[in-house]
Amino acid sequence: MMKVHTPKKGKAKRALDKRAPKLVETGKKTLILQGTKTSGTLNAVLTEIYHLKKGEAVRYTRKNENIRPFESGGETSLEFFSLKTDCSIFVYGTHSKKRPDNLVIGRMYDHHIYDLVEVGVENFKSMESFNYDKKLAPRVGSKPFIAFIGEGFENVDELKHLKEVLLDLLKGEVVENLNLAGLDHAYVCTAISSNRVYLTHCALRLKKSGTVVPRMELVEVGPSMDLVVRRHRLPNEGLRKEAMRTAKDQPKKKIKNVSSDAVLGTIGKIYIPDQKVGEMALPNKAKGVKRERREAKKKEAGERASKKQKEESE
Amino acid sequence: MAMEMENQKPIQVDLGHLLAFNPFHNFPSLPTSRDELVKECLEEGTKLVQAVADSLFNLPSTEDVDGPLVKLPPPTTKLPREKHLPKPKPPTKWEEFAKKKGIKKRKKDKVVWDEQTGTWKRRFGYDRVNDDKDVPIIDAKMTDEPGEDPYAKRKDDKKKRVEKQEKNRLQNLKQAAKVGALPSHVQLAATALPITGTQAPQKKVTKDELGNVAGMAATSTASGGKFDRKLPGEKPAKKQGKHRKFLPVVEGSGIGSREKEQNDNVLNKLISKHSHEILNVGKAVTMYNVKKEKKYRNKKNQEGKSSSSSSSKLKPKKQINKKSAKKGSGSAKKGSGSAKKGKAK
Repeated sequence: MMKVHTPKKGKAKRALDKRAPKLVETGKKTLILQGTKTSGTLNAVLTEIYHLKKGEAVRYTRKNENIRPFESGGETSLEFFSLKTDCSIFVYGTHSKKRPDNLVIGRMYDHHIYDLVEVGVENFKSMESFNYDKKLAPRVGSKPFIAFIGEGFENVDELKHLKEVLLDLLKGEVVENLNLAGLDHAYVCTAISSNRVYLTHCALRLKKSGTVVPRMELVEVGPSMDLVVRRHRLPNEGLRKEAMRTAKDQPKKKIKNVSSDAVLGTIGKIYIPDQKVGEMALPNKAKGVKRERREAKKKEAGERASKKQKEESE
Repeated sequence: MAMEMENQKPIQVDLGHLLAFNPFHNFPSLPTSRDELVKECLEEGTKLVQAVADSLFNLPSTEDVDGPLVKLPPPTTKLPREKHLPKPKPPTKWEEFAKKKGIKKRKKDKVVWDEQTGTWKRRFGYDRVNDDKDVPIIDAKMTDEPGEDPYAKRKDDKKKRVEKQEKNRLQNLKQAAKVGALPSHVQLAATALPITGTQAPQKKVTKDELGNVAGMAATSTASGGKFDRKLPGEKPAKKQGKHRKFLPVVEGSGIGSREKEQNDNVLNKLISKHSHEILNVGKAVTMYNVKKEKKYRNKKNQEGKSSSSSSSKLKPKKQINKKSAKKGSGSAKKGSGSAKKGKAK
């Protein structure tokens, strides 16, 4: 026997609808967590990534014992967390002798691991160590510019993969309309060597150039770090194909109150709110309008008459 | 990807992601110090950001209160989806049938004119039009079975229709679940295995229950299980049963004084200052009243028996005798009842 479970309250229903697969996806949430052993550097890296992604990230601060993304069976709890928090990118930090300051960045498809990149963090400089005009500080949730520099990102397989993952991690919300006044930060990734990437976060200073396009100036605000690629795992070819599918025809929003006619062309319907004539204030108060007073007078007179009658009867 | 020529070096720009990529940059000689490296990276980054901004600020924009709004083109760099594409819902049984028959959906008004009451009423739901509850009289038909309540039947029929619809809905949802197109807010959960035949599904016996039963069986011999041979590994029975302990009445020290202590406790409770709180006065009063009434009835009964003996003799007294043999007070009650009946007749 089966039973239908539906949420009792609208709030719960909306929350479930938010998690449902969508035709056009707007953004991925990031889960940031760590293993049993971390280092100070790694803690700072994870916290700062969380700060950069605030609003669309979930930070787990407890130790996680049996997460080994690259090993089979080690992804179980990771996938469970992904399902629980509705996150599809994860950043997992561990620190060991073999792989110091290790950061695993991975993506999920349908709450299963899609691909993985493992990088080591070196030369980390935190946000606090940068001195800059605080007016320039980027706001939370604004859309960043992303710049990739270096031929390594095209020639070396690992870096090519890392580029895609970094783009997914850093790109922010997918938007259709962008406010140009809200552009205030940029990420710059440079391939220094075949396995090393320099990543830094900059604020933008827009300067007048005399044309429509302002002159950009980058001010480093941090964090900045070197990422050394260690292991990586590309997605399964079948899974890749499945995940890359997009909706062919996006649903058109129905335009209300507009119809087209062969003869008349486009016809629009306009709804005018009810004219409340009765409640309208009159420009001048004519004597004839003062109804209430007249009526009150009449009433008074009537009462007096009845009183008189009463008295007479007594 | 938009290719832009700048210093004879193309830059790939993806406006959808605000992304720029310079695939042809390489350091002629790796800078020795970190500062130099950072400086060069920022320089190159500025160029790229400028390249994005060049095309971004030239897009047609609409003025807004907060600033100029630009419509971004769709991104050219493809990224994997987060979740699978939503699957189309399979047609329900009715939709299939309607399609076959060419039945089309029509829009209906929410409110309908009700001729019975002469008002506008909802088509469905509470206080609906043509509600069964508004029909106070049901005409008798030839097909009506005698002894059947038409109102109850109407209610029953409605209930059955609702149940059938619920069953259909579940069936359709199951079909949708098979394709993976269940609406996001609906969950199907298994309640129990389907019941086949008339037999009720067997309940799984818990460990505790099993232990209790085993204990009872072990102590149900004449000796209370004392001389039974134990199986290897058998543990002593869990539930030993309750044994009432009687304390010795003879006074003494130790266990001998226990009995007195027990009685003292009860007495202290009753005599104490707040004894009225222990005593449920209401209950006591009712008990007293009931007892009194019983006494009174017994008395009356005996009188009644002598007066109305002739009428009560007409009734078969077999049952009364049977009961009277079992318990005295009960028979008195019964007898009084029958006597009363006899009077009325």
